[in-house]
Amino acid sequence: MARLVLNQLSKRYGDFFAARDVTLDVADGEFLVLLGPSGCGKTTTLRMIAGFVEPTSGTVRLGDTDVTRLPAWKRNTGLVFQNYALFPHLTVAQNVAFGLEMRKVAKPEADKRVAEALELVRLGHLGERLPRQLSGGQQQRVALARALVFRPDVLLLDEPLSNLDAKLRQEVRVEIRKLQQSLNLTTVMVTHDQEEALTMADRLVVMSEGAVRQVGTQRDLYERPADRFVAGFVGRSSFLQGALEAPQRFRTAGGIAVACNADLAPGAATMALRPERVIVGPSELTEVDNGFPGEVEFVSYLGGLIDLHIRLSPQDLVIAQIPNREDGFMPEVGDKVHVGWTTASAAVFAGAGSAADSDELQPD
Amino acid sequence: MMGGIDRRTIGRWALTGTAALTLFYILMPLISVTWLSFYAQEIPSFPPQGYSLRWYASIVGNERFVSGLLLSVQLGVSATAIGLAVGVPAALCLSRFRFPGREALNNLLLLPLMVPGVVLGTALYVFHVEAEIATGGEFQILGSTVGLLSGHVLVVIPWVVRLVLASLAGFDRTLEEAAHNLGADRWTTFRRITLPGILPGVVAGAMFGFVASFGNLEMSLFLVGPGRTTLPIAILQYLEWKIDPSIAAVSVVQIVLIGAAMLMTDRFVKISRVV
Ligand SMILES: Nc1ncnc2c1ncn2[C@@H]1O[C@H](COP(=O)(O)OP(=O)(O)OP(=O)(O)O)[C@@H](O)[C@H]1O
Ligand SMILES: [Mg+2]
Repeated sequence: MARLVLNQLSKRYGDFFAARDVTLDVADGEFLVLLGPSGCGKTTTLRMIAGFVEPTSGTVRLGDTDVTRLPAWKRNTGLVFQNYALFPHLTVAQNVAFGLEMRKVAKPEADKRVAEALELVRLGHLGERLPRQLSGGQQQRVALARALVFRPDVLLLDEPLSNLDAKLRQEVRVEIRKLQQSLNLTTVMVTHDQEEALTMADRLVVMSEGAVRQVGTQRDLYERPADRFVAGFVGRSSFLQGALEAPQRFRTAGGIAVACNADLAPGAATMALRPERVIVGPSELTEVDNGFPGEVEFVSYLGGLIDLHIRLSPQDLVIAQIPNREDGFMPEVGDKVHVGWTTASAAVFAGAGSAADSDELQPD
Repeated sequence: MMGGIDRRTIGRWALTGTAALTLFYILMPLISVTWLSFYAQEIPSFPPQGYSLRWYASIVGNERFVSGLLLSVQLGVSATAIGLAVGVPAALCLSRFRFPGREALNNLLLLPLMVPGVVLGTALYVFHVEAEIATGGEFQILGSTVGLLSGHVLVVIPWVVRLVLASLAGFDRTLEEAAHNLGADRWTTFRRITLPGILPGVVAGAMFGFVASFGNLEMSLFLVGPGRTTLPIAILQYLEWKIDPSIAAVSVVQIVLIGAAMLMTDRFVKISRVV
C-alpha cells in the first residue's frame, strides 16, 4: 500500500473538461470516497489513476513514483469494475490468480495466495466455479479478491455496490470497510450514493462539473459546507435567497430579516438550512434567535419523520423535518405554525442561487 | 369460439406442413445422391438393380479424384490459415479504430462474398497475366499453386472478417481493461482474454471459409494449372465424359467431410447463433 497524490489532474475532451485541476492527497491506508452527481468526473478521475484515461495535464504519484505516463499494466493498482468484469472463460480461482500469474509468482505461492484471498471474501469453497455460476454478490466478492490478491498499491472501486440489492449492499459495504481497515488498504471509491459514502469513508471528496468542491470528513462536509453546492448535495438543505446587509443580518427576498453569523462582505447571498435543525411549533418559539410565522404548504409523511414545507412569505420557503411522536404535534396543509432556528445552524454563502439550484428545495 | 380454435389448429398444421416440405426440399437431393451412390448398375435408372460399394472403390482407384481431393484439402487448410492470419487482425482494426476509409475497407473485405465466382476468377486471371508481363515473365504466377492459393485466401477472408466482427460486437471490452489492470500487456491480453472471447467467431469463420474454399469451382477454373485440379473441377471434368454413380459417391464423400467439419464446429459454437 502506498500514498496516492493527484496534482492538478485534468482531462479535456475538445473544450469540455471532464476533470479539472483535481488535486488530492490520499494517505497510506486511507479510504477516500469521490462523491458527486452524475457526469461530474468521478469515473474519469478514477480511470486516470488506473491508467485507462490519459490526463491532459497534471500528475499521478503512487508511492514514490510518478505513474502519469505509465501504461495501465505497469501500475500496481487494483480496480473493481462496476460490472465486475470477471473473465467468463476462467474459473473463479483462475480469475483471482490472473494478477499473480502476470507478476510471475511461482505456482505454489500463487495457489496459496489465491486460497487466502478467496477465504478472505468467504468464497473458499467456490474456486472451481465459473463466474456465471455465481450470484451477483458472489461475483462482486470475486472481483474484490482478484483486485486484492496481488497487493496493489491502491485499491480503486467504481460504484462497486450499484448492482447489488439494497440489503446486500449494506452488508457488503461493511465487509469492504472492515477488509480495507484490517489490510490497511489505500482506497479510492466512486459512488453517488451518499449513505454509502458517509458510512465507508475516512474522508470524502465532493465533485461537481469536473472540479473538487470540498474535501473533508463527513462532519466537515455536513457542519461546514464550503459552498452552496456542497450544502445542497451532502445531506439536505433548503435555501433562502436574499442579501447580507451586515455580518449579522440577512434579509430574504421576501423582506424577512434573519439574524445570522456570516463572515462575508454584504451583498447578494444565500442562506442554507438543514431541515432537521428547523424547529416547528404551534405557537411563538422562544428558545431560538429566529422565529417566524408561516403556513404549512406540503406535508410528507416518512414514518418516523415528517417533512414539512413551510412558506414564510411568497418568496421564502423552508423545509423542516420533525420527529413523529405519539404525543407530538402534527400539522396539516394550511395550518398556521411558527418556525425557527439558531444562528449557528444556518450557513450563509455569497451570491444568489441559480435557477437549477431551486430543485434542491424539493424533497428527494 | 370453436372457429377460433379451428383456425389456430389449421394454422399450426399449415406451419408444420410448410416446414416439412422445406426440409424435404433441402434433404431430397442429399438423400437421392446418397442412395444413387450405392446403386450396382452403371446407368442410373429406377428401380435399382441391386446395391454395391463398387463406386466408392472406383473413386479410390481414380487418380484424378484422389489428387483433386488432396489438393482441395491442402488449399482449403492453407487458405483458411492465411485467411485467419489476415482476417482476425483486420476485423479487430475495423471494430476498434475509427479511421478515414474504414467503411470502404469494410466493404472491400466483404466484396469477394458478393462478386460472382466467374467474375472473380476472370479478374484474377487477367491480373495474373498482367503481373507476369510486368515482372518480365520471370515468375510463373498463372496456374501456379501460389496464384491458386491467393485466390482461395480471397474467398476465405470475408467469412472470417464477417464472423469475427459479429463476435467482437458482443465482446465486453472492460474485460480487456480488467486484464490490463491486473498487469497484462496488450499482446497477453489479446491471447488470454480477447481471443478466447471471440473464439466462436474465429472457429465459425474458419469453418465457413474452409467450406467456401473447398467447394469453390468457378474461380478455381481460371486459376488451376495443367495437371493440377481441385476436386470440384475433377468432378466437372469427369461429368463431361460420363455419368455414373461414382460422381454420387464423390459427392457423398464431400458431404460427409463438410458435415463432420460442421459438427466439430458446432461443439465450439452454436452455428445458428453466429450466422
Ligand atoms: N470519452 C469521452 N468523450 C467525451 N466526453 C466524455 C468521455 N468520457 C467521459 N466524458 C464526459 O465527461 C464527464 C464526466 O464523466 P464521468 O464518467 O467521469 O462521470 P461520473 O462522475 O463517473 O458520472 P456517473 O456518476 O454518471 O458515473 C461526462 O459529462 C461525460 O459525458
Ligand atoms: Mg461513473
